[in-house]
Amino acid sequence: MTALRKNKQTTHEIELAGQLALLDLTGALYLPAHDALLVADLHFEKGSSFARRGMMLPPYDTRETLMALSDAVVRFGPKTVVALGDSFHDIGGPDRLGDDERATLAEVQAGRDWIWVTGNHDRILPDSIGGQVVDEMALGSLTLRHEPAHGEQAEIAGHLHPVGKVVMRGRATRRRCFLTDGRRCVMPALGAYAGGLNACDAAFKPLFPDGFTAHLIGTERIFAIARAMLCRD
Amino acid sequence: MSHAPASLLPKIFRDWFRHRGWTPREHQLDLLAKAREGRSVLLVAPTGAGKTLAGFLPSLVELAGREPSRGTAKDRRGLHTLYISPLKALATDIARNLEAPVQEMGLPIRIETRTGDTPSHKRARQIERPPDILLTTPEQLALLLAHAEAREFFKDLRRVVLDELHSLVTSKRGDLLSLGLARLVAIAPQATAVGLSATVREPDDLRRYLVPQRSPSRSEGGAERGELADLVVVQGGAQPDIRMLEIDERLPLAGHTASLSMPAIYDLIRAHKTTLVFVNTRLQAEYTFQELWKLNDDNLAIALHHGSLDVSQRRRVEEAMAAGKLKAVVCTATLDLGIDWGDVDLVVNVGAPKGASRIMQRIGRSNHRMDEPSEAYLVPANRFEILECRAALDAVHEAAQDTPDARIGALDVLCQHILGMACAEPFKLDGLYEEVRSAAPYAGLTWEDFEACVAFVATGGYALRAYERFAKIVKGKDDLWRVRDAKVAQQYRLNVGTIVESSMIKVRLGKSARSRPGTVLPRGRILGEIEEYFAETLTPGDTFLFAGEVLRFEGISEDEVLVTRAGAGTDPMIPSYEGGKFPLSTFLAARVRQILADPFEWDRLPAQMTEWLLQQRRRSLLPGPRDLLVETFPRGNRFYMTCFPFEGRLAHQTLGMLLTRRLERAKLKPLGFVANDYGIAVYASGDIAGRAARDPAFMDDLFSEDMLGDDLEDWLAESSLMKRTFRQCAVIAGLIERRFPGEKKTGRQVTISTDLVYDVLRKHEPDHVLLRAARADAATGLLDVRRLGMMLERIRGRIIHKPLDRVSPLSVSVMLEIGRERVYSDNADEILAEAEAALLDEALA
Repeated sequence: MTALRKNKQTTHEIELAGQLALLDLTGALYLPAHDALLVADLHFEKGSSFARRGMMLPPYDTRETLMALSDAVVRFGPKTVVALGDSFHDIGGPDRLGDDERATLAEVQAGRDWIWVTGNHDRILPDSIGGQVVDEMALGSLTLRHEPAHGEQAEIAGHLHPVGKVVMRGRATRRRCFLTDGRRCVMPALGAYAGGLNACDAAFKPLFPDGFTAHLIGTERIFAIARAMLCRD
Repeated sequence: MSHAPASLLPKIFRDWFRHRGWTPREHQLDLLAKAREGRSVLLVAPTGAGKTLAGFLPSLVELAGREPSRGTAKDRRGLHTLYISPLKALATDIARNLEAPVQEMGLPIRIETRTGDTPSHKRARQIERPPDILLTTPEQLALLLAHAEAREFFKDLRRVVLDELHSLVTSKRGDLLSLGLARLVAIAPQATAVGLSATVREPDDLRRYLVPQRSPSRSEGGAERGELADLVVVQGGAQPDIRMLEIDERLPLAGHTASLSMPAIYDLIRAHKTTLVFVNTRLQAEYTFQELWKLNDDNLAIALHHGSLDVSQRRRVEEAMAAGKLKAVVCTATLDLGIDWGDVDLVVNVGAPKGASRIMQRIGRSNHRMDEPSEAYLVPANRFEILECRAALDAVHEAAQDTPDARIGALDVLCQHILGMACAEPFKLDGLYEEVRSAAPYAGLTWEDFEACVAFVATGGYALRAYERFAKIVKGKDDLWRVRDAKVAQQYRLNVGTIVESSMIKVRLGKSARSRPGTVLPRGRILGEIEEYFAETLTPGDTFLFAGEVLRFEGISEDEVLVTRAGAGTDPMIPSYEGGKFPLSTFLAARVRQILADPFEWDRLPAQMTEWLLQQRRRSLLPGPRDLLVETFPRGNRFYMTCFPFEGRLAHQTLGMLLTRRLERAKLKPLGFVANDYGIAVYASGDIAGRAARDPAFMDDLFSEDMLGDDLEDWLAESSLMKRTFRQCAVIAGLIERRFPGEKKTGRQVTISTDLVYDVLRKHEPDHVLLRAARADAATGLLDVRRLGMMLERIRGRIIHKPLDRVSPLSVSVMLEIGRERVYSDNADEILAEAEAALLDEALA
């Protein structure tokens, strides 16, 4: 991450299932009522996963993702941290974690309740990475899970890596974003190499039958953008 | 030069020439003599000089004299002659032309082509039983050289013919080809090379390219010239009859459509047999075609040809052209390369010529009878283009050339080549290093850079050595590097080549659904394809010109753009000018500044131009040839600053980006800028002139060369142009796999975005070989940083600031680009803030 500039406005308030939620410039979400910080789709060790197949991506993605994660944890100092699945890019990911990264992770975890929700990329997580492993969990009236369910229940999920694309007078930008209708929230992927799925994709439609607002992560702050302003890729 | 006797030709050839009513030309015999002496040679000749036959004659003569191969495994003979052309269509065309003499003389020579379209069984057979002459492209050569049988296949090679060499050497394809040539020479030292080229500024660059460079040729002081191939020059036939099209109407101050000149162009077409109308961009081609048809009361056969049209449509135009059925073709550079266009007797170039050599090649190319003068018209579309046309005409009359400098071999291309060489056979590091350096573009390659490229190919070459166990090439105990397994070799074959197309998307004509009015179904035919980024900026209902008609954008369905025909008389809404690919050459730019500065030159300009320049001198001033004029003036509630460096739009875009950053820091609140080939206009809500009045050093500081330091670095971090440049390097070097056109994107992207990779790499390893490759590209490519640097140096201490009350005649021309051109900004937050405000407006409405 670039050094925080003075005029950066790192958080952005929204209301989710009747409670305050702070959306963070890193892509994390903080729930003050529960003193819990949520992150989604970290995809640790995606670089090394590609390297196995002959695409030698710079081996710094885990480090970079950890820096963003640690930045958010330090600023909010939450009691609980929940990673909403796909924290590792594949099952072998935890084993490939470098020594430095392992140490940084332990540092960030120290003194907090750390919960790994499993995802489709990391159905199995070894004890060696610390914390507690769950399939899904409840936080008050909110359900936290990896893949959003289509039910009526209020939930926060990841999995889809939403990005929003905006075109204004011929200038386009494509940014990671939070999607929410006030009841459900799909979080952006935090992983440095995690790609994105356009918010206009059909996959989002059944989740938000009455539409959504996209909160796009800019350079200095987060912007609330109407669904109608978003473009396809 | 002593002339070779005709006796060099065997009787059967002399008879054939006589039978055809031809005499062998001097340069054809010269090349024959050179081949006998075992010399490589560069042939510089105008089109129509029999260049291709000259290139092949030595091979035909040699092959004619040898016993035909019985084709059995036992007396298997390798390839004799390899011909490389930049276009596969050209290879096919040449093959056809060569068959004629071979058949007429009954020579036992097998000629075959090998392109991307060659079926796999034929490819396999070609390796088994090589033809005598193989015609192919640089990419196919790379593939052949990476083949395990390469040594066997090329061992008997005698001759390499490189066609259109002047065009090949200016790009990364030329780098790739130079490395292939180095390997060919290593396999077959007896082979000689002949390069066929149009006239260029520095023939020595091409002569070096053709032969192995033995010593590090870039010694201090640059005294060493390196090894040179011999040179044969055919003096250009008749002086071209080329002039500027002058019309009575006043040309506009900006714009590129040349709409006022259309009736004159139409009259010229009518008065000639066959006319080629060249334009700079696809969209200009569309517009010109439309306008000519509006005037076409005589129903002349006028066709359209550009690279985005559907292939079958293009082929139809080409065939009709060759058959002499067309009166005129409106075309872009896709028709630039030397395919035989039949009987063209007039070339019209609409818009700015951009470069003297470019325009000469274009004009020469269409005239296939070298002893008759080519007739050509340059058609300026606006007043600045009058200056540019004047400068180009002067250059043509002096036969001055402005072809680009020789390239320094790109590192991403070298990475690709190294993997290919490992696929062919195990290699030793120092052996390959020496071989690579024998290629002229890589003659100055350092050992460190070479090692970095090898390390990149093996494991990505990162300081953090995390991928040793996944290495793609591995060094054995015998010090030989080998490719890890067949899968890696397969990966190489899929990624070979240096052309990374910008993603294209198909345009399909839709039909309105009868049952559901307002719904458009994708039932019509494919019209061609457009760049994805252009499609991305369209919203439903937008109209634009494509494939000769006005289309209405309906939406994107799956991976196609869906359009309907707009009603008759609809004007296209989307600006129809995409910036030309080529910026104004440095050479022409200097001449334009010279003309501007010297009133004695104005006599040679049309009267409307002189009037305009006089007005500029009265209201502001005309800068000296080395000065930079900066004008400031208020307008509405904004403050404008214009300047005229004449360095081409790419360099101007970069300058604009950096100036707005600096104005931002000076708290002058810049709002945006527009750029064209001649100048830029920046607008701000802060009073720039006021600041300059208070601080006399302000302008000098604003334009100081240190903007190429931290400011440039900061901008590069987020520049979309830089990311595009990086992506191309990443694909060429083999970091990520190529996305093939037509491959559907899956719902969730399985590929990795190079933008993300760029961000991470830039931060953690800013000196990585791929970033260095991307920066080298940025110096000359989309960002043209080097040219900007030269400009800033030129104008140091020579900035003339002219505060004005209102816009000057010169500035109007750039100001008119506002609204027509895109406003540049890479600042995501600005775009987002605007979109967010739209939400608020909606809420309050």
